Amino acid sequence: MAVDYAALKKGGFMRQIQKGYFSLRLKVVGGNLTGENVKKIYEVAEKYGAGYIHLTSRQGVEIPFVKFEDIEEVKEELLKGGVKPGVCGPRVRTVTACQGVKICPSGCIDTYDIAVEIDKRYYGKELPHKFKFGVTGCQNNCLKAEENDLGIKGGLDVSWEKESCTLCGVCEKACRIGAIKIEGEELLLDREKCNNCGRCVKACPTDAWKGEEGYLVSFGGLFGNSIHKGDQFLPIIKDKEQLYRITDAAIEFFREHGRPGERFKYTLDRVGLDEFRERIGEVYHGTISD
Amino acid sequence: MEPYQIDETVDITDVVCPITFVKAKVALEELDEGQIISIRMNDGEPVQNVPRSIKEEGHQILKLVNNNDGTYSLIVRKSGE
Repeated sequence: MAVDYAALKKGGFMRQIQKGYFSLRLKVVGGNLTGENVKKIYEVAEKYGAGYIHLTSRQGVEIPFVKFEDIEEVKEELLKGGVKPGVCGPRVRTVTACQGVKICPSGCIDTYDIAVEIDKRYYGKELPHKFKFGVTGCQNNCLKAEENDLGIKGGLDVSWEKESCTLCGVCEKACRIGAIKIEGEELLLDREKCNNCGRCVKACPTDAWKGEEGYLVSFGGLFGNSIHKGDQFLPIIKDKEQLYRITDAAIEFFREHGRPGERFKYTLDRVGLDEFRERIGEVYHGTISD
Repeated sequence: MEPYQIDETVDITDVVCPITFVKAKVALEELDEGQIISIRMNDGEPVQNVPRSIKEEGHQILKLVNNNDGTYSLIVRKSGE
């Protein structure tokens, strides 16, 4: 029987240089696994693999040295612990995320919640080439949003209330880009400079700074054979539905215009970033509902 | 801004992160609730981050004073546990 490598790759089985062996990629969302998942992965690696796992560069787990003839049995066994095979090839890949606001003091958004929703909407979706999503909680960018085809970065849309402010001066220094100036009894925020990092909100001793959660989206990132930082051209998005309208539109644009084997960045280059910006702009402003 | 009287001072310009915060925290622990301390710190990373950590510990920040010598003094009132 001829081995259908494309079908195996789609199902997360990566052919090894050792004949007849596969490194089985597992499905992970936002870098989290339950104790039950981990226990089952351990059992399978011991029984069917070489007794170890590999942590991939994008928060995935692979079990190397799974034999071709064990594939179906391994899949069944893993499912008992709630573990599913991952995907490879030209489709939406593992959605990565940092721990976000639920765990990290620096976080601005619930990254895991977003990662689960993105995964639910698009994971494994067939496209002209691989498509990576990454969700990072703040400007510290631990999850490297802009290296993804579509990156989501948490931010805060900030506002200042004069009544609660003591003009202590902490925010002026907490702001790393010099967008806040205190002159006498006045506080000035340069909105052109503000990058929505939210450090003023987090540092303010009297909560005179308020922040509304939002998403900064970048498109067309690459970090492999070629390196390109994803482009962020939209203002901060504060509505989740608006965010998903934009991710829907980006995926649809790639599906419609991308050529087989062409990464999103090169589709944008070929078709024109202006056309894409116009399209996304329409969706952002809600003039077209998708 | 209400007037304040400084009860204690600590200089954290001789240490780097994360010892900056640790030294400030230890100095705060020596104080009684309501007492006021002036914490002298370097410009740059300490003044960007130490005030926020002090806030997260629940203490009340009154003022950040620019000493115009590359250092700042953070005026903090100690809060209870």
